[in-house]
Amino acid sequence: MEIVKRPHATNLVNWAKEKPEVVVFSADLTSSCEIDDFRSAYPDRFFSMGVAEQNMVSWAAGMAKEGFVPLVHTFAVFIYRQALHQIIVSVAYPYLPVKFFGFLPGILTPGGMTHQATEDIAVLRSIPNMVILECGDATEVESVLDVVYNIEGPVYVRTLRGEVPRLFPKEEPFEFDRARILSTGKDIAIFTSGICTEEALRVTAYLRQQGIEVQHLHISTHKPFEDPAIVEAISNAKYGVVTMENHTILGGLGSNVAEKIAELGLGKKLIRLGLKDVYAHGASRPYLMKKYQLDAMTLVRSVEALMEIRLNITEEELASVHLQPIHSSAKAEAL
Amino acid sequence: MNSPDVTETMDWRVRTSQVANGIRRRVFEHVLENNGGYLSQACSAAEIFATLYTRVMNLAESNAPLIPIDIPPQYAGKKVVSFRGAEYNGPISPEYDRFFLSPGHYALVLYATLVEVGRLSEEGLKKFNKDGSTVEMIGADHSPGFEVMSGSLAQALSVAGGVALARKIKKESGKVWVLLSDGEMQEGQTWEAIAALSFYKIDNLAVYVDVNGHQCDGKMNRVMEVEPLKARLESFGAIAEAVDGHDVEALARPAQYLSQGKPVFVLAYTNPCQGIPLLEARKPFLHYVRFKSQEERLSYEHYFREVFAAKTNERV
Repeated sequence: MEIVKRPHATNLVNWAKEKPEVVVFSADLTSSCEIDDFRSAYPDRFFSMGVAEQNMVSWAAGMAKEGFVPLVHTFAVFIYRQALHQIIVSVAYPYLPVKFFGFLPGILTPGGMTHQATEDIAVLRSIPNMVILECGDATEVESVLDVVYNIEGPVYVRTLRGEVPRLFPKEEPFEFDRARILSTGKDIAIFTSGICTEEALRVTAYLRQQGIEVQHLHISTHKPFEDPAIVEAISNAKYGVVTMENHTILGGLGSNVAEKIAELGLGKKLIRLGLKDVYAHGASRPYLMKKYQLDAMTLVRSVEALMEIRLNITEEELASVHLQPIHSSAKAEAL
Repeated sequence: MNSPDVTETMDWRVRTSQVANGIRRRVFEHVLENNGGYLSQACSAAEIFATLYTRVMNLAESNAPLIPIDIPPQYAGKKVVSFRGAEYNGPISPEYDRFFLSPGHYALVLYATLVEVGRLSEEGLKKFNKDGSTVEMIGADHSPGFEVMSGSLAQALSVAGGVALARKIKKESGKVWVLLSDGEMQEGQTWEAIAALSFYKIDNLAVYVDVNGHQCDGKMNRVMEVEPLKARLESFGAIAEAVDGHDVEALARPAQYLSQGKPVFVLAYTNPCQGIPLLEARKPFLHYVRFKSQEERLSYEHYFREVFAAKTNERV
C-alpha cells in the first residue's frame, strides 16, 4: 500500500494557488499541521496567531465576514476544547465560512489526554450549522479541500498528518455526505471512520474468506449523516451492525448509527467500538488501539458475538492480511 | 430630533451633549416603564455613544426600517440570518466605518442612541425585549446597530480585529470602532486580541473602553483589579489615552491617533451614576437596576419628571 508523506503540505499549496481569498491561520503548530509550505509559498496569506486559540477563532470569523476563507489549523483539542465558545458565538451562529482543520484525532498521539481529541465529533455535532468531516486516508486528505471550499458555512475537518496510507484511489475523491461502500453483503454491516477503516479492511478481507458477507461502509461525513446507503446497509444486516471509531462511543459514529436504528425502527443489534467513556493515556498507536479495543481482533470478536459463531483466527494471521488499494464498490457493485 | 439646519449651525459639542442626555432620558424612561433595566450603562456610556455617532464615526445613512422587522416565523435559528442589525449603521462599504458593540447588554443604550440620531424610531424602541422582536434585550446580530452577537464578553474585539486586518489588506479607507466595557479587561481573550492587534499593527481600529469601575458583583477593584489599564495597554504596544468619559471633546480627540501603526484605546473614565445621582445609593451594585420598593420607584419617577422631562421640554 502506498504511504504518502505529509499529504496536506504540498497539496494545500497547489490547491490554494488560484484562490487568493483563502488564508491560513496557525497557533504555533505550523510544521506540525503541515502548513509550513503554505507559509513559505504565500507569506501574505499566512497568519501566525500565537498560542491563543480563542482570539484566533474569533479573528478568523472577522476575516470571514470580509470575504476571506480562513483555514484554521491546530491540534483538534485546541480547537474544540480551548475555543468552543468562540466556535459557537463567533463562527457557527453567524454561519461564517471558517474551516477548521483538527489534527491528532483520538489516540493517534502519544501526547496523552491533553493532545488526544477523543470527543470532538460529539461536542461539535451538537452545534447548529456545523458540518463535520473526517479523513481516512491520503486521498481524502487531498480531496477534502474541494469539499470544504464548496460548503457555504463553517466546517470542521478531523484530519490526518505525517505518513498517511492511501486506501482509496486518487480518482475517487472525498464526496460530501456519501459513504464509501467498501464491500457488500447481507450478514453484517460494519461502519468505520478515520484510521479504523484501514484496521477493519484486514477483518473484512478475512471474513469474506470465511464466507461471511459484510457490508462495509467508510464514513467521512459525520454531519450531516443522510446518505441513504447508511440506512440501507443497516436494514440489510441480518445479524446486526458494528461501528468502530477512533473517538468516544458517546456522540460520534456509533451514536449516529444508533439514532438511525432507533428513529427508523430498524431493530438491529449494534456493537459500538471506540473509547468506552474513558480517557486514554500517552502511548504508541498500536498499544492504544489494542488496549482500547480499536483493533482488528476486537472487530472479529464483535462479529462473532452478533452471529453467535466462533472463528479460529490468531492476531498474527489477521496482521498478515495484505491490503490492496480499495476501489469504492459504489459504482462497481452497488449500482 | 433637531432639524438639520439647526444642527449645522449649532456647535457640535452642544448637539452631542444633547444626544447624550437624550440617551439617558430614553433609557431612564424605559427603566421606569419596565421596572428595571441596564440604567447605569446609559449613565456611564451616553457621551461615548453620542460622540461616536455624532462626531467620530463616518457612517452612511441607514436604509434599515425605522421600525425594526420582527423575527420571521420561519426563522429557525439556522444558517443565514435573514436580517443584519448593522444595516442601522448604514450599508457596508469600503469608505465607511464599522461599529462593534462588545458588551451586548448595552443594547438598550445603543437603541436609544439610534433613536436620538434618527436611525430608529421611538416606536421601534418600544419593541425592546418583546416576544418575536429583533430589538432584543441582549443584542444579537439581527438587532438594530449590532454587527455581531456579543452577549458573550470579549469575542467582539477579536472579530473586529479580523475585520480591521481584512480591511487593511483590501485597502479600504473605512475605520473600525469598538466599544468595550472595562469588565471585559478581565477576560483572557481580550488580551490575546490586544496582543494580535499590536502584532499586526492594526491602526485602522480604535477601542473605546467604558471604564465605569463597576461590574455585576460590585466595584471592580474588589472583584478583580484590571488597573493600571493605560500602562498595561501601552506595554502591549497600543496607544492608550485616558479621558473624562463625559467630556465629548476629550472623547472625540483620540481619533487622531489612528494610522500610526498601533491600535488605539480610549480609556473613558466614567461615572455609572452620571446624570442620575439617585443611583449613588445603590452603589456598588449597578449592573441591572430593579426597584426594590414602590417608594424607591416613586423617587426615581419624581427625579425623572423634575430633571429629564423638563430638559426635554426645553429642547422641544
